[in-house]
Amino acid sequence: MNQPASAYFIEERHDPNETHTLAVLVQNEPGVLARVIGLFSGRGYNIESLTVSETEAQKHLSRITIVTTGTPMVIAQIKNQLDRMIPVYQVVDMTQTRRSIERELAMVKVRGQGEHRVETLRLADAFRARVIDATTESFVFEITGNTDKINQFIDLMRPLGLVEVSRTGVAAIGRGPEGM
Amino acid sequence: MSDKSHDPNQMTGAAMIVRALIDHGVTDIFGYPGGAVLPIYDEIFQQSEVQHILVRHEQGAGHAAEGYARSTGKPGVALVTSGPGATNMVTPLTDALMDSIPLVCISGQVPTHLIGNDAFQECDTVGITRPCTKHNWLVRDVNDLAKVLHEAFYVATSGRPGPVLVDVPKDVQFATGTYHPPRKSDVHRSYAPRVKGDAAQIRKAVALLAGAKRPVIYSGGGVINSGPEATKLLRELVEVTGFPITSTLMGLGAYPASGKNWLGMLGMHGTYEANMAMHDCDVMLCVGARFDDRITGRVDAFSPGSKKIHIDIDPSSINKNIRVDVPIIGDCGNILGDILQVFKAEAKKPEIKNWWQQIAQWRARNSLYYKKSNDVILPQHAIQSLFEATRGKDTYITTEVGQHQMWAAQFYGFEEPHRWMTSGGLGTMGYGLPAAVGVQVAHPDSLVIDIAGDASVQMTMQEMSTAVQYELPIKIFILNNQYMGMVRQWQQLLHGNRLSHSYSEALPDFVKLAEAYGAVGLQVHKPGDLDGAIQEMISVKRPVLFDCRVAALENCFPMIPSGKAHNEMLLPEQANDEATAKAFAGGKALV
Ligand SMILES: Cc1ncc(C[n+]2csc(CCOP(=O)(O)OP(=O)(O)O)c2C)c(N)n1
Ligand SMILES: [Mg+2]
Repeated sequence: MNQPASAYFIEERHDPNETHTLAVLVQNEPGVLARVIGLFSGRGYNIESLTVSETEAQKHLSRITIVTTGTPMVIAQIKNQLDRMIPVYQVVDMTQTRRSIERELAMVKVRGQGEHRVETLRLADAFRARVIDATTESFVFEITGNTDKINQFIDLMRPLGLVEVSRTGVAAIGRGPEGM
Repeated sequence: MSDKSHDPNQMTGAAMIVRALIDHGVTDIFGYPGGAVLPIYDEIFQQSEVQHILVRHEQGAGHAAEGYARSTGKPGVALVTSGPGATNMVTPLTDALMDSIPLVCISGQVPTHLIGNDAFQECDTVGITRPCTKHNWLVRDVNDLAKVLHEAFYVATSGRPGPVLVDVPKDVQFATGTYHPPRKSDVHRSYAPRVKGDAAQIRKAVALLAGAKRPVIYSGGGVINSGPEATKLLRELVEVTGFPITSTLMGLGAYPASGKNWLGMLGMHGTYEANMAMHDCDVMLCVGARFDDRITGRVDAFSPGSKKIHIDIDPSSINKNIRVDVPIIGDCGNILGDILQVFKAEAKKPEIKNWWQQIAQWRARNSLYYKKSNDVILPQHAIQSLFEATRGKDTYITTEVGQHQMWAAQFYGFEEPHRWMTSGGLGTMGYGLPAAVGVQVAHPDSLVIDIAGDASVQMTMQEMSTAVQYELPIKIFILNNQYMGMVRQWQQLLHGNRLSHSYSEALPDFVKLAEAYGAVGLQVHKPGDLDGAIQEMISVKRPVLFDCRVAALENCFPMIPSGKAHNEMLLPEQANDEATAKAFAGGKALV
């Protein structure tokens, strides 16, 4: 018999990726976050940002906000896979609703002296970043905004003596009077 | 404070477990004891409503429970100890998840105060089994136990069925608390599987079906899981529409193999007519199947000209592999009922004579052809003989995984659902023998046969001991080709016939092995002796290991080389070296 030719056959897909923010309302019980994260790692989905906290203590409800990327088919899969988990109440695609506000908080430590310090403060002011800690040679800024704004601020701080960044990840909510 | 000592609902956690089993109608469980479940075993000892079957390895308990579940439609129950007992359950849990089998596993855990301490026989059971269960629970408080157990049964059996696991620390088994019988509020409010299909989608589906020129129905395990009503309605739909029907491996038996509209199984080793009908159809109705890669072949060439209707209870099955035009989420039986009602009221049988003529031409290719021999038993012939010998009998078939499994699917005709137990999604060698144990426990007077391979059967052979202990007369029909035949076939077709580690070296003498277990051993070499030996196997009322020596190098055809389309099948009569090389040229398949 002839030797089979060449390499193994791999099917490639070229649908463009999209970034979506998903809000997931879950029962706050042990292991629920591990389930959600395990779904993403187990099925090879991306997590760009993940935020989680209890939002309604009496009802034991937590809200998980996930920013993910994938083809439209993959995004639909992610939503369906999340939705069928037993402790998941609801999955809302905040990106698809086109009516959501997204915010992130970052704390940014910058070290520097002289001219750099002045420039740092001036930029922080322009970005509405607050000083929450200061020494003679450093500042810690608190900044909130969407991811792009925070990225931009961090990029500007880099040459001015950026030391460290801590970010919360994205939280999102819909506009208008209606709840999720 | 009221006196609780006479409250019949006050009991230990261990007693609650047995009570919950009884309340859920469980009569048989499969298990293996150990330190962390001794309180439960003590309770089992002191009652007679739940029969416990002692297996020889926890994997056997899991597959036996699967066989029990698939052959009855009821959940299967397994009981295992902590640590190694729980890790040995990972394969059957995953198997049940892939094939949507309702399974409830109860595992012991080290006492709560030792959790996290690397205690003896501790493992993170809920962590390990999280991705291979539909849901799982660690119960830390005895007063939560009743609720969790009831929820576990509900989750396992409702919606898309699947395996669940309840991990119970030993101190919780000893502790006393309040039990309550099952009630609605035991279930997460967030879990509400959809049963009824959307009416507008159903109308769209009927419109497509009514206008079809080249329709095909493609049904799957979901129809069987949905219950007897779904099977009945599927058959009625075929009757009313006159459409051809094929099925996945998991769906065999929902439509009878002797039915006139039956095309045979589809997919990688499906019939030519089934796969060509899938490829060339203009309307496809997929009921309770999931467009698995063994079914679709190359996805971008899958049934390119058809409108696709997909009925599934699991929304995540929709558009996962194949984009469909009319998804309908809900229970197959329920939706088939609605479709039939609308169809009967508003449509008439479409005229599809030309399509049937085309199908007749494909059928005439006789894609399951094989050449019989007088000197050596062909495996296909062995299955056909087994089928003839058991036709009309009350028979259940399980299988292992490999060529023998595909030949069983191709050559054994299933007339009813729940009669065919095979590991489809996970492809677990070693499934069939313990599954047969489970089936026989559920159906003590039926004929239960595991169609096995010489390699697979050695993976869970120890359960012969279980069969002997409980006088379960299972028949292990080994198609002994002295190879891991399916591996050898792929090596021959895709890897230059370099048969790396696929020869079954040092096979045991299966007859002596049977005798060592206290079972019956039979062996045949000659085609002329086959029917007599099969009769003997059937008439023996004890477990039998049947060593059926078959042609060693036979390949399983037809075959869609993976990564190829349905209309690029390789048929047996073309499968000479040259054609095979050509079919598999252009690259080896990844899966
Ligand atoms: C637990 C497990 N390990 C490995 C495999 C891969 N595998 C699939 S078929 C097969 C060979 C099966 O040989 P045998 O039981 O003799 O059946 P045959 O194909 O010869 O009929 C193997 C190793 C598997 N499916 N399951
Ligand atoms: Mg073999």
